[in-house]
Amino acid sequence: MSQENILKVENLVMHFGGIKALNDVTFDIKRGSVSALIGPNGAGKTTVFNCLTGFYKATGGNIMLSANGKETSVIKVLGEPFMMTDFISPVAFIQRLKYKMFGGSHLVNRAGLSRTFQNIRLFKEMSVVENLLVAQHMRVNRNLMGGILNTKAYQLAEEEALERAFYWLGVVDLVDFANRLAGELSYGQQRRLEIARAMCTNPEIVCLDEPAAGLNPSETEALTKMIRVLRDEHKTTVLLIEHDMGMVMDISDYIVVLDHGEVIADGGPDDIKSNPKVIAAYLGAEEGEEVTL
Amino acid sequence: MDIVLQQLVNGLTLGSVYGLIAIGYTMVYGIIGMINFAHGDVYMVSAYLTAISIALLTFFGVQSFPFIIFGALVFTIVITGAYGWVIERVAYRPLRNSSRLSVLISAIGMSLILQNYVQLSQGPNQQGVPTLLSGAFRFYVGDGFVQITYMKVMILLIAFTGMAVLTYIIQKTKLGRMCRATQQDRKMASILGIDTDKVISSVFVIGSAMAALAGVLVTLDYGAFDFYIGFIMGIKAFTAAVLGGIGSLPGAMLGGIILGLSESLFAGLVSSDYKDVFSFSLLVLILIIRPSGLLGKPAVEKV
Repeated sequence: MSQENILKVENLVMHFGGIKALNDVTFDIKRGSVSALIGPNGAGKTTVFNCLTGFYKATGGNIMLSANGKETSVIKVLGEPFMMTDFISPVAFIQRLKYKMFGGSHLVNRAGLSRTFQNIRLFKEMSVVENLLVAQHMRVNRNLMGGILNTKAYQLAEEEALERAFYWLGVVDLVDFANRLAGELSYGQQRRLEIARAMCTNPEIVCLDEPAAGLNPSETEALTKMIRVLRDEHKTTVLLIEHDMGMVMDISDYIVVLDHGEVIADGGPDDIKSNPKVIAAYLGAEEGEEVTL
Repeated sequence: MDIVLQQLVNGLTLGSVYGLIAIGYTMVYGIIGMINFAHGDVYMVSAYLTAISIALLTFFGVQSFPFIIFGALVFTIVITGAYGWVIERVAYRPLRNSSRLSVLISAIGMSLILQNYVQLSQGPNQQGVPTLLSGAFRFYVGDGFVQITYMKVMILLIAFTGMAVLTYIIQKTKLGRMCRATQQDRKMASILGIDTDKVISSVFVIGSAMAALAGVLVTLDYGAFDFYIGFIMGIKAFTAAVLGGIGSLPGAMLGGIILGLSESLFAGLVSSDYKDVFSFSLLVLILIIRPSGLLGKPAVEKV
């Protein structure tokens, strides 16, 4: 895989019993880009996200994540069933056994990918700043004895984590609410906090699932600005699902269109706007009919 | 008057022990939503481990009481914690994604295994440890007196220290934050890079360590134990956890103390035969008024 692409999805298949939610999805995401995944309702956008983040174990295909200086196969770290070939190659067997015992979606996050949810999933009973601290525990000294005895190293690490938390609170404009319970915040604030929390895990790619859903136009504009900040100042790749076409066309460098579990088009905003297949999928129009997005 | 005071002291010690064991129930319920019926038997195992550690220490010529109790505490807590870890790994983790009922049955099976394993390896008869710390403070009240044995003072001190340390861990340290996050949304916690399996394991270790603390203290105080003590202690501690609101840590401690106090006061003032009837009636009453327990949060349907 070239260094240019941070994420490579190949022939991804996801079946729920007899329902084929994803049918051979293939796309690449360029490092440092803002990409969007769009499509009509039920096209399988969120399912793609769930497979990427290890929320679901994909039925087939391959997802390669190239971040933090190494390549990670998302499917592999979730733990795959053993194969016949494992009995020939002990290295493959031991690796599979390791991921079967200790694997899980936390490894995907540690590999450099984080996400937000369509329906907000904050830790509602924790304070705003705690929500951000808990996301950073991977980089801080997590020794329990250090915590009880309050050692120097532990204090230092805690201070660093707090500093980073407040930095991100500043970015999403929530500093004044640091000690409120996350559940008490308004809807728009909770959305912003979720993005800040995802960023606190220090990802190289962040997946935002409908970040603008339920926001008013001025909030959407602020969100657009924020996503640009993530890309330009933090060199984070952003992959988002969004229904607000104005926003998608405005910020995306690259768009993948899904319909019925398949990629029907991909390319820059201008290509997508004029692609007859996309228009047909969205509006159910006959090909060739005059429709503008 | 002196009887009331005496029973208050007894109830407080008994209650703090219930509270310590209830912590294990409430933490496990909070984090994976199951009732760990083997928890009472973990307490029973810790009683045996206390006796073993005392025997070992005296065998190696340790005579002074502080060393013995310190040694017994460390030995018992470490090994009981290991028991908790193994129980979770063997009996509960493979059933993580199955229905709640199967985990419950697995827990009952684990409880029976522990009882029978101890019965087989240690014999069915009641066992005992010698009294290591005798003597008492006496306070004269009116024409009677209140007697507080040194042992009871020690139980109170150690139990409350244990609870304070645990509260600190849960509220202030990284591990505590991870526990709370996992409790609120396990899947989300894992997406933020938290190894939730490890967190769940550590909750089992912590719960077992608290039960071990209770086991050492009660064994040193009462002296006698057999392989069946875990059952009734487990039921009482579970009651305490429900009383305080299962899933809530301060609730478990409060519930334990209320249960211990009400039991002792009723036994001392009315009838010791009916003390269990009274404490369970109290549970029923509180649950009628507050179905989620004293400090529990009412279950809200997600809409």
